[in-house]
Amino acid sequence: MTNRKTLALALALALGASMLAQPALAAMKSKITIATEGAYKPYNFKDSAGNLVGFEIDLAKELCKRIKIECTIIEQEWDGIIPGLTNGRYDAIMAGMSIKPDREKVISFSRYYAATPIRFATLKSSKFASYKGMMDAITLGEVDDKEKAELDGIRKALEGLTVGVQGSTTHESFMKEFMPGIALKTYAKMDDMILDLEAGRIDAGYTAVTYLAPLKEKNKDIVEVGPDMTGGPLGRGVAVGIRQEDKELREAFTAAINSTIKDGTLSKMAIQWFTFDASAKE
Amino acid sequence: MDLGFLGWGARGWGDEFFRGALMTLAVATCAFLLGLVFGSIFASFKLSRHWPLRILGDIYTTVLRGIPELLVIYLIFFGGGALLTSIARGMFAYEGFINLPTFAIGTLCIALSAGAYSTEVIRGAVLAIPKGQFEAANAIGMSPWLKFRHVLFPQAARFALPGLGNVWQYALKDTSLISVVGLVEIMRTASLGAGSTKEPFTFYTTAFLLFMFLAWLSQRVFLRAEKWADRGVRRST
Amino acid sequence: MDFELIASTFPRMLAVLDKTLILAASSLAIGFFLAIGLAVASLSRFAVARSLVAGYVYVFRSTPLLVQLFLIYYGSGQFRHAFEAVGLWALFKDAWFCAIFALTLNTAAYSCMIIRGGLQSVPWGQVEAARAVGMSSVLAFRRIVFPIAIRQALPAYSNEMILMVKATSLASTITIIEMTGTAKNIISATYRPVEVFLVAGAFYLTINFLITRAVQALEIWLNPHQRRRSNRRTRVAVPR
Repeated sequence: MTNRKTLALALALALGASMLAQPALAAMKSKITIATEGAYKPYNFKDSAGNLVGFEIDLAKELCKRIKIECTIIEQEWDGIIPGLTNGRYDAIMAGMSIKPDREKVISFSRYYAATPIRFATLKSSKFASYKGMMDAITLGEVDDKEKAELDGIRKALEGLTVGVQGSTTHESFMKEFMPGIALKTYAKMDDMILDLEAGRIDAGYTAVTYLAPLKEKNKDIVEVGPDMTGGPLGRGVAVGIRQEDKELREAFTAAINSTIKDGTLSKMAIQWFTFDASAKE
Repeated sequence: MDLGFLGWGARGWGDEFFRGALMTLAVATCAFLLGLVFGSIFASFKLSRHWPLRILGDIYTTVLRGIPELLVIYLIFFGGGALLTSIARGMFAYEGFINLPTFAIGTLCIALSAGAYSTEVIRGAVLAIPKGQFEAANAIGMSPWLKFRHVLFPQAARFALPGLGNVWQYALKDTSLISVVGLVEIMRTASLGAGSTKEPFTFYTTAFLLFMFLAWLSQRVFLRAEKWADRGVRRST
Repeated sequence: MDFELIASTFPRMLAVLDKTLILAASSLAIGFFLAIGLAVASLSRFAVARSLVAGYVYVFRSTPLLVQLFLIYYGSGQFRHAFEAVGLWALFKDAWFCAIFALTLNTAAYSCMIIRGGLQSVPWGQVEAARAVGMSSVLAFRRIVFPIAIRQALPAYSNEMILMVKATSLASTITIIEMTGTAKNIISATYRPVEVFLVAGAFYLTINFLITRAVQALEIWLNPHQRRRSNRRTRVAVPR
């Protein structure tokens, strides 16, 4: 019996010692892992060969070059992307994630590097397609009277219809805050929502114009309705998500993003992937 | 329906599915084996003389057979790392993160549920061994280890194999649920392909057929294992 | 442990409890009748019927429910026009229909084997006696074979019922809002999985407990010959 107890104690000590022996989290690592979703064209998606490509993939490589660290890019399903970061499975998130107050409670963000407006999309044959918006763009931070009228108009047009969004996104927050009472369906992936839009299970989708652009090319039946929307519950721009305690890494990313803005690299990348300059300006 | 999508190489998703199938098998195998470990431990609890252990065993099987696997996965995935990290911080004063690789998290999720079913199978198998065998072993003075090696294990293994075959099929099918953890196995591959090519029927049918194939393969393996375990046994039927 | 969160999760779970129960109950009910038909067919004289059922059962038991669900839901969307032509699109368009359809087909496959086992365990003597008394096959089935079969199958079927309640959690992956989906939404929003898991888990365990108890009561009611006889007064011919 004594032998077994000693063995058990020795094993426990060894386990504990091995845990302690792991390198403590250095102030900033020289190798990091960045997580992306891989299903949000053109920010991040997979090409037909199965490789991760997109605006954020290229940007990540460029930023890491400027920060002078090695980075590996992995994919992670959207639902679990924040817990993965806080659990230590990777060190940064670049997945089209916007800065939002309830996200800031759990993680921190670098400065933003892109902002794309969000818009409704529907099938040409749908009732909603006949809605004529009065404005071209709305900022949801401070809604003035004209914008409020527009939003009310949209809400009336959507009455009785079903809208689809990706779950746990700023798009969902917008629908819940500004369009309460409209039937909402949430999907794990943007692509699944489009599948249902094309199948007629939802009457409209609400997502980024950059996502809609290549979609409209492939499927001529999809049209955009209503104004471009930014701000408010839609967040303060897309940024790199980082753990709250990794201050150095956050500052490094911010500095790198600033340098890509200054020398125009960010603009060029944005135009290449988004066909318009969605990048941050200063 | 464009079957060209299933080709190999750059344009096709065939190689993705192959890799996904390997991942599915890998996770299922590790989860099954880990589940056997859990099952053996908790089965021995449930068969123990000490009532606290029996209650612990009961709680484990009742909870994990009664709660949807998806919920268990959400718990482990959203909270597992944090739970382990806080245990590590509390017990070992470890400053950093317990960085459980995705594979381990997925395996653990399935192993917990598979373990609960394994517990019942193993317990049933052990109980099926005629008591006389143990009495005889005691009569000739076998030590506990010898009893385990010569009486309990071989016979329990034989009785447990059919049930464990079911548990394996269960683990194999459960791998489809852990795509939320981020593991790229068959289901997630199909989902990604379906979304980007807008051909869900093609991709989900492929996943469907792949699973059927894996199930068929497993069945053959288990049948052979059962034949091997039954060697030298005279059957009454 | 955030007790406030537990308190606020409870009513949210309660609100969707009926969705889970409806999904489970309807698929079990329809699946049960489908399974009876399948079980009878699997024991038929005709090899074609036997093979068809065997194939059906094999297909649905060897593939994950999630794949079946996605295939039916998203797969039908791809062939929307074909479905519309046959007039079935109105059904498959609805997520609830797809979920119950998939769950029913799935449970029918498993239940078929359970009922078949029950049918096969009916003592041959009973069937012989029924024939001797002049009952037709249908009458014998209805009055003798089937009731006995169901009684034998009950324990295994209660297991299947619990598995179905767990299976309803997968409906959350095709936009249906039931308990597991709601739990996930709360976890994603609050990042506190343990508290939400405790509440949701408690709900599921309670449902399972009630099902187990109900089936046990049903078993006792259906097995009067196995009840204790302490109160029974028997007339015995006693020689004086």
